Amino acid sequence: MGILGWTYVMVGLTFTLYIVVAWRSRVKDVKGFYVAGMGVPPVANGMATGADWMSAASFISMAGLISFLGYPGCYYLMGWTGGYVLLALLLAPYLRKFGKYTVPDFVGDRYYSDTARLVAAVCAIFVSFTYVAGQMRGVGIVFSRFLEVDINTGVIIGMCIVFFYAALGGMKGITWTQVCQYCVLIVAYLIPAIAISMKVTGIPIPQIGFGSTISAGPDAGKYLLDTLNIIARDLGFTEYTATFASPSTSMLNVLCITFALMVGTAGLPHVIIRFYTVPSVKAARISAGWALLFIAILYTTAPAVAAFARYNMINTLNNQSYQHAPSWFKNWQKPGLIAWVDKNADGKIQYFPGAPFAGRPDFTGQTGSFGEPLLANAPTDNKNELYVDRDIMVLANPEIGGLPAWIVGLVAAGGLAAALSTAAGLLLVVSSSISHDLYYRVLNKNATEKQRLLVGRIMIGVAVICAGYFGIHPPAFVAQVVAFAFGLAASSFFPIIVLGIFTTKTNREGCIAGMITGIVFTAVYIIQTKFLGVSNWFFGITPEGIGTIGMLLNFIVAIAVSAVTSPVPEDVRRIVENVRIPKGAGEATAH
Amino acid sequence: MSKEHTEYWRRNIRIMVWLLSIWFIVSYLFGIILVDVLNTIKIGGFPLGFWFAQQGSIYVFVVLIFVYCHLMKKLDHEFDVEE
Repeated sequence: MGILGWTYVMVGLTFTLYIVVAWRSRVKDVKGFYVAGMGVPPVANGMATGADWMSAASFISMAGLISFLGYPGCYYLMGWTGGYVLLALLLAPYLRKFGKYTVPDFVGDRYYSDTARLVAAVCAIFVSFTYVAGQMRGVGIVFSRFLEVDINTGVIIGMCIVFFYAALGGMKGITWTQVCQYCVLIVAYLIPAIAISMKVTGIPIPQIGFGSTISAGPDAGKYLLDTLNIIARDLGFTEYTATFASPSTSMLNVLCITFALMVGTAGLPHVIIRFYTVPSVKAARISAGWALLFIAILYTTAPAVAAFARYNMINTLNNQSYQHAPSWFKNWQKPGLIAWVDKNADGKIQYFPGAPFAGRPDFTGQTGSFGEPLLANAPTDNKNELYVDRDIMVLANPEIGGLPAWIVGLVAAGGLAAALSTAAGLLLVVSSSISHDLYYRVLNKNATEKQRLLVGRIMIGVAVICAGYFGIHPPAFVAQVVAFAFGLAASSFFPIIVLGIFTTKTNREGCIAGMITGIVFTAVYIIQTKFLGVSNWFFGITPEGIGTIGMLLNFIVAIAVSAVTSPVPEDVRRIVENVRIPKGAGEATAH
Repeated sequence: MSKEHTEYWRRNIRIMVWLLSIWFIVSYLFGIILVDVLNTIKIGGFPLGFWFAQQGSIYVFVVLIFVYCHLMKKLDHEFDVEE
């Protein structure tokens, strides 16, 4: 059986598994639908959170991003893990003690205001939507690259699967499918990573191989990172471990991006909501630990894969004649992940800094004198002849490592698991924000359980269709909106929830003013710098890091406004005091 | 809040501040602010600052959460506020 056959088998098997699991955990009540009956064991919740959190971007793109960034790639690594420490220490146990269904629930009750609830619900919907559109696109891309179906067909298949298990099982169905999806994606990530570590360093643990010596070839016996630095210097790139080399990676900017990603992680509603699903405060604390452990397995492997792949790529491709290029090079030319333009007509691939030509590869269908597919793109003036898409660092790993075809199929299934699990978690947040926070808590307070459940399911359907639409017709800015999601989560939810738990003095007026200031500042800065061509006017901080400043503004405004407006009512003080003590968190409804 | 609960909360905050200080030191201080200083030290093939930025801080984060759970379990027990 070839790669394509194995891919169909792997994807088919895993999809069947998800559907069976979803069918077995279908729910009939709103508590099951929104918070899985609060009966999820901590380890399972940790796995589900891991799958929820690690998206197509983490699985497919992150190692490639780090590979090209070198040291500054640490802002993704620390930013997307360190937030869990904040979650565990500052948010998860208290929100679990509070024990409602959504994040806007807490904001609305703690700040005794439907306006605050509304602002929070709109933020939750906006943050989740910007995120989910990218996931649907990711599903389509994996389908088209591995299964050779049209991207749009891929998106539609993905929509159907997600709708099936999210609408049927709600949070409970999503949780248990996410547990399976975590297992699929981590195995699919680790096997090729171990293989490439063995190939480059002879050590089977990538985290250790990363700091070891190269085992064979011209650089045998030298440390991998030293070799990467030497290669980079020779070709004119910045050294792999060099710090703060360009304005966008200044120390201030690396600090701001890391912080914005950490706080954004802790403020993302689809992550927070997972801690409502466990039976107790103690379980909420420990499941944050499990979640981070499961995430750390992938996140400590990714930078190792990045370094191995970079070494391997330069070593096997630079100055290699095209006719003798490895077979994976030719395989990944077809979907346009790698391309070569022979500028000096010597039949060899030369790799230097800079783009080899304008835009993404556009093949003419003809072949050149060395059998290479020719490009319609206008070549640039520099000497670089090689185009590499960052995603290839993960996708081509099994072939680079010389692994059998079924592993390639497994990587495809892993990429789909990562994208689908994140999409499902996000869709549930969108659905619960509309059906619970807006419909039930604001519009129709007398809705019956059956009505609420029906509205919840319909809203998942509507959200899936909208997400699918954006997946098929991606707005030009899809890649750029991720900065939005983190920036807005950091500047809206995080400060308000923390103040709501750790102070009794922050009041309704402070909350609303703080949230609006944080969001407006962050949104305006991102729009100015990303879309209107304004330079990074605030101390050169890039839009990815501006959420840090938005967050600080939110804190300052909320505290200042609270100090000069009416005090917090007595019953709300009691909510805060109650949230701080674990005792009496309510019984678990086990299933 | 009762006197007991106020004391519980004070101790909780103290644990939190200690752990968040470590969180800050390994990531922001070792991984970013002092990275160039630490990079002069090498552990195997890793410059130390680079290791903290891409590996070490993540390990410490995981340990921090489990330590927090352990300390809070003891504290909850001491003040009899377990669920």
